[in-house]
Amino acid sequence: MTAPVLRLQGISKRFGTLVANDDISLDLQAGEVLALLGENGAGKSTLMSVLFGHYVADAGTVEVFGRALPPGDTRAALAAGVGMVHQHFTLADNLSVLDNVMLGTEPLSSFVTHKAQALVRLQEVARSSGLTVDAKARVADLSVGERQRVEILKALYRGARVLVLDEPTAVLTPQESQSLFTTLRQLVQQGLAVIFISHKLDEVMAISNRVLVLRSGRVVAQAATADTNKAELARWMVGQSVVGLAREAAPSRAPGRPRLEVRGLNARGARVHLHDVSLAMAEGEILGIAGVSGNGQGLLAQVLGGVAARLSGELLIDGEALAKTVPAIVAQGVARVPEDRQAVGVVGDLPVWENLCAEALRTPVLSRSGWIRRQAAQTYANTLLKAFDVRGATLERRTRALSGGNMQKLILGRVLQRADGRSPRVIVAHQPTWGLDIGAVNFVHGRLRAVRAAGAAVLLISDDLDEIELLADRIAVMCHGRLSAARAAGDWTREQLGLAMAGEEQAAQHAA
Amino acid sequence: MRLEARSQVSARVLLQAGGAAALAVVVIAALLVAAAGAPVGQTFVLMFSGAFGSVFAISETLTRAIPLMLTGLAATVAFKARLFNIGAEGQLYAGAMAAVAVGGGGIAAPTPLLFALMLLAAVTAGALLLLGPALMKLLWGVDEVVCTLLLNFIVLLAVGALLDGPMKDAAAMGWPQSVALLGELELSKLIAQTRVHTGLLFSLGAALALWVLLRFTTLGFDIRALGANARAAAFAGVPITRTMVLVALLSGGLAGLAGAIEVAGRTSYVTLDMSPGYGYTGIVIAMLAALHPLAVVGASVLVAGVVVGADSMSRSVGVPNYLADVVVACALLAVLTAAMLSRYRLCFDGLGRP
Repeated sequence: MTAPVLRLQGISKRFGTLVANDDISLDLQAGEVLALLGENGAGKSTLMSVLFGHYVADAGTVEVFGRALPPGDTRAALAAGVGMVHQHFTLADNLSVLDNVMLGTEPLSSFVTHKAQALVRLQEVARSSGLTVDAKARVADLSVGERQRVEILKALYRGARVLVLDEPTAVLTPQESQSLFTTLRQLVQQGLAVIFISHKLDEVMAISNRVLVLRSGRVVAQAATADTNKAELARWMVGQSVVGLAREAAPSRAPGRPRLEVRGLNARGARVHLHDVSLAMAEGEILGIAGVSGNGQGLLAQVLGGVAARLSGELLIDGEALAKTVPAIVAQGVARVPEDRQAVGVVGDLPVWENLCAEALRTPVLSRSGWIRRQAAQTYANTLLKAFDVRGATLERRTRALSGGNMQKLILGRVLQRADGRSPRVIVAHQPTWGLDIGAVNFVHGRLRAVRAAGAAVLLISDDLDEIELLADRIAVMCHGRLSAARAAGDWTREQLGLAMAGEEQAAQHAA
Repeated sequence: MRLEARSQVSARVLLQAGGAAALAVVVIAALLVAAAGAPVGQTFVLMFSGAFGSVFAISETLTRAIPLMLTGLAATVAFKARLFNIGAEGQLYAGAMAAVAVGGGGIAAPTPLLFALMLLAAVTAGALLLLGPALMKLLWGVDEVVCTLLLNFIVLLAVGALLDGPMKDAAAMGWPQSVALLGELELSKLIAQTRVHTGLLFSLGAALALWVLLRFTTLGFDIRALGANARAAAFAGVPITRTMVLVALLSGGLAGLAGAIEVAGRTSYVTLDMSPGYGYTGIVIAMLAALHPLAVVGASVLVAGVVVGADSMSRSVGVPNYLADVVVACALLAVLTAAMLSRYRLCFDGLGRP
């Protein structure tokens, strides 16, 4: 075996009392894809931040091509040939592809840029890597898949020989993911070394040569991909045998009366507009909205939740028109689980009990003529903490201190078990399990199934096709602000879903 | 060197940070006193006794603290909602002018009614002065810091024009000052032979009321939620526009009230130098009090004590009373630093590492 291109040795990193990385070592050879597998919070991102110089490790060394990198020096990491493609892209939208690639490579002291030279160089890199993209195009006009290509090109342009991809497929359609994998295989053949961070087992099996599994900051297993299988990887990752995330058949019943009806909804968002969106949901049903994020699902959730205005369209809950203000919509029985729980779902600096009561605080149950009924509010909050198993929380604790999973349980609690005792009629859940570990995911899924069984209609908006297929009775696909007709979950194939998500509706119809 | 978040903030760390902040202020002040050539220990003793050493000293300090509490509360409620009202100085003058306009003898009414009208006019003047910037912030995203700050100068120039024009007291021998408030509208003294007046009760009452409002009412929740995270607040159903408007009226109203209380309790008429920057010092006090209404009371007395003590000290040992400004400024910086260091720890990289 040749000398490794990258060697991390004994990396440890603590944040206060939390041990994010505990004595982690890994080697990476040229021309290999190493998958770094682990749940959220397993320490993957911390390890990569140490490698890239964003964090200084408490112990351990990073060597690239046998030379130790100075700790905490991003510039040195870049110069040594480490390139990183973050999950959330770091591109300037208003600049061209070429400008983005050149950014940071030109000396500050020079008054002229060398665009022509850079263009030649970029085209050369693009040709040899097979990553085609229009160098003059504005990044804002590119699709997500194209932006990711620009990020990879940027790293290669800087001479990266070790490429770190952080959950690269999270934002891609299945087809785009396939194309990314093809590119990666080609680059690896040319001698690039790749660290592929993911928690999707299929992808890890498909692309990697070796797998390193992290749990709670430690390396719990490593293996050649060919010598392992998905079940074993999953076991390593969660530390217990996973009772298969088996699809639970919906209780078979005749379609109930319609709970939520949307007819001809038009709305204007910052990036994407909703065009003539219509859907209908019956009681006891989960309707899944699949789609690549940013195609209008968020705006739909906001309109239904009362935080975005609509231009036209009819929205009915059990036949009555949907109100237009948040308190009125909540009073009508709409339970809202927002996409971004930290920034939108809770007020992080306020105590847990106030966030639990936030939506119901103005109702007579929790306040009288403006005075908060503190006793009632705290009793209610305590009930929720117990019923929804919110761990690490006391009533007065700042909500920011909760983990993502417990924050989500808090939000589910306040919308599903309301202070006024009424059950929700419609649930609008946007990415309800994004970033959660498997235990919390199961909890959320269980609750959504339970409210379905109780007769509510659940609108499940998710980027995660696995989740949609697992839960939804019917699925519709959103693309460029248009919603396809909903079909029974069993009537869609993966390929059809992927094509519909990419906007190839005709193809999706005929790919049956 | 870099900062690392502490997982938990213990009471001990808070105490240490507070102690270190106080120590830092004392050391800096001592260095300045030494540089001015005065005996450090004696200067400090004089400062303290000048502020708190006798009934008279305490009465002077409290007199000074009355308007500071009100402007401190004005900043507190606005900053809680992230409405950065830097215009309390102008709102105070507007309140003072409104008070003499109503209570200067032009309106005949029974005294209690006139007194209430006078306060109402002052509160309204201050509130309206902040309403404009708040609405512009809500509707068009106009920066309220710039607007309220610049309004201070506009208001001061307008007050100057009025004091030299229509509101000038003809009996003031040419001095630019307003007519005096009717005698029966003036606040009575709390302690005979001193200047401390019943305005103190208004200030304490306002602090208590604001604390109750923020802690026990839905509006208080709305204000805190809006300031902590406006998007999440809107999502939870907090009426953003209504809350912001109410905060603006409340904050401007408190600053306006400060103007009326100053006129009724201390000066009797408006001059261009009636406030030595009470509006701006209110911001410092709000920060020192970590935006807690009851702590505003303590912070106001402390700052007033430093200022009054420095005045008294400078007459005895000849250290310029600007020392007070330095001490207050250092105290603010030290408290902010201490607040940060109690939440983060400093890590030194490259030292003692293998």
